[in-house]
Amino acid sequence: MPDGALPVLDVRGLKTVFRTRGGEVHAVNSVSFMLRPGELLGVVGESGSGKSVTMMSLIGLLPSPPAEVRAGQVMLGDRDLLKIGPRALQDVRGAKVGFVFQDPMTSLNPVFTVGSQIMEPLMRHMGMNRAEARKRATELLALVGIPDAQKRLKAYPHQFSGGMRQRVMIAIALACDPDVLIADEPTTALDVTIQAQIIELVKDLRQKLGMAIIWITHDLGVIAGIADRVMVMYGGQVVEQAPVAELFADPRHPYTRALLKTIPSLTGERGARLQVIEGQPPIMTAEPVACPFRARCAHAFARCEAENPQRRAVDDRPVGLGHDVACHWSPEGV
Amino acid sequence: MLTFTLRRLLLAIPILLVISLVIFLLVDLAPGSPMAEIPLTVPPDVRQKMIEALGADQPVFVRYLLWLKQFFWIEPMTLYDGWFGTSIVEGQQRILSWQSRSPVFTIIGQRLPQTLIVVGTAYLVGIMIALPIGIYSAYRQYSFFDQVGTLFAMIGFSVPTFFSGTLLIIIFAVWLGWFPTKYDTMLEVTDWQSFLQQVKQMALPVMTLGLANAATISRYMRSSMLDNMTMDYVRTARAKGMDEKVVVLRHVLRNSLIPVVTVIALGIPSIFGGAIITENLFGVNGIGAALIGAIHANDLPMVQTLAFIFAVLIVLFNLIADILYGLLDPRIRYD
Repeated sequence: MPDGALPVLDVRGLKTVFRTRGGEVHAVNSVSFMLRPGELLGVVGESGSGKSVTMMSLIGLLPSPPAEVRAGQVMLGDRDLLKIGPRALQDVRGAKVGFVFQDPMTSLNPVFTVGSQIMEPLMRHMGMNRAEARKRATELLALVGIPDAQKRLKAYPHQFSGGMRQRVMIAIALACDPDVLIADEPTTALDVTIQAQIIELVKDLRQKLGMAIIWITHDLGVIAGIADRVMVMYGGQVVEQAPVAELFADPRHPYTRALLKTIPSLTGERGARLQVIEGQPPIMTAEPVACPFRARCAHAFARCEAENPQRRAVDDRPVGLGHDVACHWSPEGV
Repeated sequence: MLTFTLRRLLLAIPILLVISLVIFLLVDLAPGSPMAEIPLTVPPDVRQKMIEALGADQPVFVRYLLWLKQFFWIEPMTLYDGWFGTSIVEGQQRILSWQSRSPVFTIIGQRLPQTLIVVGTAYLVGIMIALPIGIYSAYRQYSFFDQVGTLFAMIGFSVPTFFSGTLLIIIFAVWLGWFPTKYDTMLEVTDWQSFLQQVKQMALPVMTLGLANAATISRYMRSSMLDNMTMDYVRTARAKGMDEKVVVLRHVLRNSLIPVVTVIALGIPSIFGGAIITENLFGVNGIGAALIGAIHANDLPMVQTLAFIFAVLIVLFNLIADILYGLLDPRIRYD
């Protein structure tokens, strides 16, 4: 992946707010990131850190109301997805951006055949007729590793296992050859062996098709195996971002460090309790003016209360391209 | 599916036999005499003869078995004879109404069309109003349209037909004079003119019943749509870039219709049962009116036969609803 290539997706200052009866919830606060062609960006963070909401905001998948994308810019190629309007956004969804969701058991429509669900976006976006779409759907099913694809087109989702359904979801997401595939915890609902199969499949497809991927997960083990770059989110903002090797070798943010410590190890002393990060992630009822992690942070000091840290480069590359962190503290000393 | 249907049909036989016995005994044990409407001036010995002539003096089990034979053998074969010109059961006694001495099924044949036209149309109209309202109310939950729809449904639910019917008569027949107050059973549709007249006289009873039907079905439709609207597969359809129309009217509606179709199918027997109050209110001389008349006159064969026909229809449409369920939902397979 050439460093200088133009990004396929360039997100700047994205802000998403949910309006609820109890007031506003600021779920995404000034998130910026970019995705280069063919790159796999891992997005990690615990539940409620704003990972999924960020990605769904990009392509207008959040129900509005209550969700409202308040600011930012989402450049896909040379178009700003936040400005092109709902009709044009429909043309982007499924065609330029594919989405794979967490739970394959409920993500497919139970009353339609698998084939018709794969054919739908083909006919919608590629202008194919039924016969052409059926042919392409067969190829897609074969591509995601479902044997006897021709026959399986007529099957209903309930006749498939969880892993196979997730393969179908991937086939749907890839149907129109998207530039970007967003996978929202695609393996969380699957058991470990199936998880490994799906990860292998995605790795394989990425080699064959060369699309850029955003992989949302809270499993750092998965990220280590497949990602090129990792973005760590907390409280609806990016707290650290780095190439995968650098992040694991030299985590800068206390939250990242804590996350890495929570990974259970197969070696070492048995019976030791797993590390946890005490407390709950915050619910942001207003735009943050202090560091959202301060309450759970071992290194918090006065400045963390007074000022929400901006992302700053750790190395000599600009923010967003190299290793950056949003923290007042640094391991070398303040 | 076929084995399932056959098994259910076989199972229906003992169920219906038990129901028929219960109906027969219940109606028979109820106080009252078939002579209740005969003038008191008729002397007791003549009364006794009349009772004997009706066969009402026989023990209840004899009458039950005779009725069973008449219902399941003589009546169907009479129909068969009528169609094919044969004379298999000619001269054998059919189920006779104690009140009019004519065969019960002949009376039903005269009354049922009136009911089916009026109540059936009201049911269809109710469904056609209810489905769009239910769908749109759910799609725009808590919108102004939804609130009005809810109000309309509440009214349809809670206002009894004798009130709403009377109100409609006052507004549309008395004040505005658009429609007649009474339904003319004798009207025969022969030309455009009489057809218009038929439509006009049907308007008020159909509106009265249609409102009540639409209220129920629209609520079912709305809640079923709401259940499905938040499902993950809907998000998937949106993520595929499908049009909102396709998302709602194909993906969500197809799933939401499953329970609603069942409710609609289960409601069909009630059409045959007629709408007793509404029929009386508008003077529709239908099956509901026939049942009420028979009950007043202690016309046991008529009441027993009608009640049993309703039981058969209910069992039948339960089966149909189950089969529809299997056809609409691929996850349900009965074999």
